[in-house]
Amino acid sequence: MKPFTYERPTTPAAAAAAVTRRPDAKFIAGGTNLLDLMKLQIETPGHLVDVQDLRLDTIEATDDGGLRIGARVTNTALASDPRVRRDYGVLARAILAGASGQLRNKATTAGNLLQRTRCPYFYDTYQPCNKRQPGSGCAAIGGYGRPLAVIGGSDACIATHPSDMAVALRLLDARVETVTADGTTRAIPIADFHRLPGDTPHVETALARGELITAVTLPKPLGGTHVYRKVRDRASYAFALVSVAAVIRPDGTGRVALGGVAPKPWRAEAAEAELPSGAKAVADALLAGARPTADNAFKLPLVERTIAAAISDARE
Amino acid sequence: MMKLSFEVNGTPCDLAEIDTRTTLLDALREHLRLTGTKKGCDHGQCGACTVLVNGTRINSCLSLAVQHHGDRITTIEGLGTPGALHPMQAAFVRHDGYQCGYCTPGQICSAVAVLAEIEAGVPSHVTADLGAAPPLTNLEIRERMSGNICRCGAYSNIVDAMAEVAGVKA
Ligand SMILES: Cc1cc2nc3c(=O)[nH]c(=O)nc-3n(C[C@H](O)[C@H](O)[C@H](O)COP(=O)(O)OP(=O)(O)OC[C@H]3O[C@@H](n4cnc5c(N)ncnc54)[C@H](O)[C@@H]3O)c2cc1C
Ligand code: SF4
Ligand code: FES
Ligand code: FES
Repeated sequence: MKPFTYERPTTPAAAAAAVTRRPDAKFIAGGTNLLDLMKLQIETPGHLVDVQDLRLDTIEATDDGGLRIGARVTNTALASDPRVRRDYGVLARAILAGASGQLRNKATTAGNLLQRTRCPYFYDTYQPCNKRQPGSGCAAIGGYGRPLAVIGGSDACIATHPSDMAVALRLLDARVETVTADGTTRAIPIADFHRLPGDTPHVETALARGELITAVTLPKPLGGTHVYRKVRDRASYAFALVSVAAVIRPDGTGRVALGGVAPKPWRAEAAEAELPSGAKAVADALLAGARPTADNAFKLPLVERTIAAAISDARE
Repeated sequence: MMKLSFEVNGTPCDLAEIDTRTTLLDALREHLRLTGTKKGCDHGQCGACTVLVNGTRINSCLSLAVQHHGDRITTIEGLGTPGALHPMQAAFVRHDGYQCGYCTPGQICSAVAVLAEIEAGVPSHVTADLGAAPPLTNLEIRERMSGNICRCGAYSNIVDAMAEVAGVKA
């Protein structure tokens, strides 16, 4: 690891100011992604601003019947919350399908949303990677593409977003609340939070430099049956090849979002209109325009089958 | 360099000067000479470095020591001693829950925490009913221990040891 200095401010605005002040500063929450990348010198911050004393670790009811989840609420605490288990089951299920018990105890809501891709070439510092080193090229295109995106990628990058939690948050239409150094706050709809790579794959979110996530809010509960189906190479403790988050109502209508296939949680509201017609229609609409590689073309039929399994889970 | 004070296995520890880059794992092993906690992968992938922080299990390789100022850490050395084993340590011995023993301190810290997590009602990926308390079953134990890899493959004996401590039939 490169040397760095470390501080623990006590207010969100002070934390935002501390990161804004230094171009080489970063926030650190659980550290489970950032430290991993710092050991490999993929991330090389010169200053770390720890968010643990900002009191962003509660889950509260909002006036409109939803929930406000503090940015530092751990993945375990969020998946264990009785309100989340009762009203937002898909979120609890998605979190519990990810990582391990130890990691979920440490991982936070904001950190999980901002975790970086698991593209193997992003991790291999001997390979060109536009995300790690803008302008260097993309070793994944034409390389081994099995874990990579089938849709939403560009000629510069075909990495996937690895989070399970984010797929459920996209399904639930969550909003990401932030604060900047001057105290300005805003709420970013989750659909606009993660960006597609285009020509700038290193720019991954709508956040400005130094903008601190303070909370993630959920609108009032949707009802319906909540399902999260994750397909992976091992039964546990592995990233998704494909995942499906779904909320299905008794009349067969509902919502569907995908993980493991795109640079951001993948949802198309128009595709959801096809739910009563079955999994194939939904998958076709969601994946229209997909550009898989030879190694990951299997994800297309896998999406359809996983949606079918999710619909049938919901009927049980 | 920073100053760090925390409690390790019931003893207050003050490190006058610690490099900010030091992980909790390296602080325990290199500075405090508590070499029970092992380094397997150093990237959160194996669980050998599992310790309890304020009673909760984490991977000590993916945490900075300076993030733990004021925390209460328990390592394998703090769970029991050779003369007075923790019930989980004794059960691992009885059931041969290891072969080479490298993953074992992490497995035991994790195992103690897993039973506490089930007791506290924390759900898991295999919990069928999110509305109910998670059941103490073989399936639950296996899923919850998936963050601890054992290259020797002692898994089934580990589950037996845990089931004995939990008082259930595995
Ligand atoms: C072996 C392994 C397996 C895993 N498996 C899975 C899996 O199957 N599914 C899955 O979804 N995830 C998985 N993960 C990833 C894990 O979920 C993330 O590492 C974790 O959620 C990151 O959270 P953190 O709090 O530790 O983030 P950190 O590492 O602390 O931070 C991550 C990023 O977020 C930024 N940040 C943190 N807090 C804020 C804030 N409040 N405002 C603005 N920026 C902030 C940091 O600057 C950093 O850039 C796995 C990780 C490992 C190591
Ligand atoms: S797909 Fe993206 S992350 Fe992977 S090598 Fe190409 S540019 Fe880098
Ligand atoms: S050494 Fe920490 S998980 Fe492997
Ligand atoms: S006992 Fe050898 S790795 Fe587990």
